Amino acid sequence: MAELNTESGGDKGGKVRSKKSNAKVDLTAMVDLAFLLITFFMLTTSLSKPQAMNLGLPDKGDEKTDEKDIKVDQKRTMTILLGDDNKIKWFHGLLEAPEPNGKPTDATYGKNGIRKELVKRVKSVAEYCASKQGSKPGDGLIVIIKPSKKSTYRNIVDILDEMAITDVPTYAIVNDFTPEEKKLIEEK
Amino acid sequence: MAKIKMSKKSTSIDMTAMCDVAFLLLTFFILTATAKQQEPLPVDTPSSTVKTKLPETDLATITIGKDVNAKDSISIFFGVTGRDVRKRTLELMAQKYKLSFSEEEMEQFALIESFGVPVQNLSQIIAMKSSDRNKPGFQPGIPADSTDNQLKEWIYNARIATSEIADKDLNFAIKGDAKQEYPSVKKVMDMLQDQKVNQFDLVTGLRGKDY
Repeated sequence: MAELNTESGGDKGGKVRSKKSNAKVDLTAMVDLAFLLITFFMLTTSLSKPQAMNLGLPDKGDEKTDEKDIKVDQKRTMTILLGDDNKIKWFHGLLEAPEPNGKPTDATYGKNGIRKELVKRVKSVAEYCASKQGSKPGDGLIVIIKPSKKSTYRNIVDILDEMAITDVPTYAIVNDFTPEEKKLIEEK
Repeated sequence: MAKIKMSKKSTSIDMTAMCDVAFLLLTFFILTATAKQQEPLPVDTPSSTVKTKLPETDLATITIGKDVNAKDSISIFFGVTGRDVRKRTLELMAQKYKLSFSEEEMEQFALIESFGVPVQNLSQIIAMKSSDRNKPGFQPGIPADSTDNQLKEWIYNARIATSEIADKDLNFAIKGDAKQEYPSVKKVMDMLQDQKVNQFDLVTGLRGKDY
């Protein structure tokens, strides 16, 4: 291959010569192998570190604070209920009086499911907040995630992932279910 | 006219130096690569598109998985990074539960990545070989009921040990099985929140770009 034939031409004179073997070894294949292994170890050492998703929860705080309940515009809240069997129910606004196109609806996880609704609503609510008087910059959609007892850990991570993908400004995991919401998530 | 002589150069290159360098680098990467240890509680982590990495030091990992022996129950494993921290945590736990561990046992314990037995049975586990110890289903998990909440104590003492030795806050990572139901994960989160740990990481796998 890389080594050209360096042997001297055919022997003349018919003398019996002990054949001089070439002292050089072709290292090409060995170098190839070494670099392949280097690449493998380089990539695996940095890639094998596990990924992590940071989650901050509000302080539970047993001590009573004097904080007043903050009133939030119902047009900004979207509630996502996580049910069993990877099902989602969501509504926009209040359950009794949902926003237009915001009635309780079934959805699935992923690109063609809840993501479309989230993207749409992140945009429309941001516009709504910008046009409204007295709103602070950065106000936008508030998503309330309510995982039911039957939802799995995968569902939680998936929905938090959706929040990260769609850039929802504010979201929270809430564990209290109202009786109406319970009924909604349990019905088929 | 003078003839221009083309000097014929050999096409072979001396590969020796290149080979040397390649193998030197190879040796370096092999030695720095951390061998993947067998996990006593195999879990299938859910995947996400988030790309942040876990911190490497001052990290406690709480693994929540399905109990292999009993149906519909979970087993929880606990592990903390750093040998000194592990040793100090065990000392504190021994004080709390009025147990005693020999110096040798402490040294051995410092090498264990993660474990899942009640603290009373810990000496048995320490005496075993790591291949036997890490067989899936052998360790039952750390008790975390309201009657005997040892996990809470482990978390608490690991935090104390970290602040004593490294003078830092301990980070927490929750490594849950994707199929686990939410209440079991919530139980651990609540336990952390009771100790005012409100920030923690959820360990996830990597997901494809076009999810």
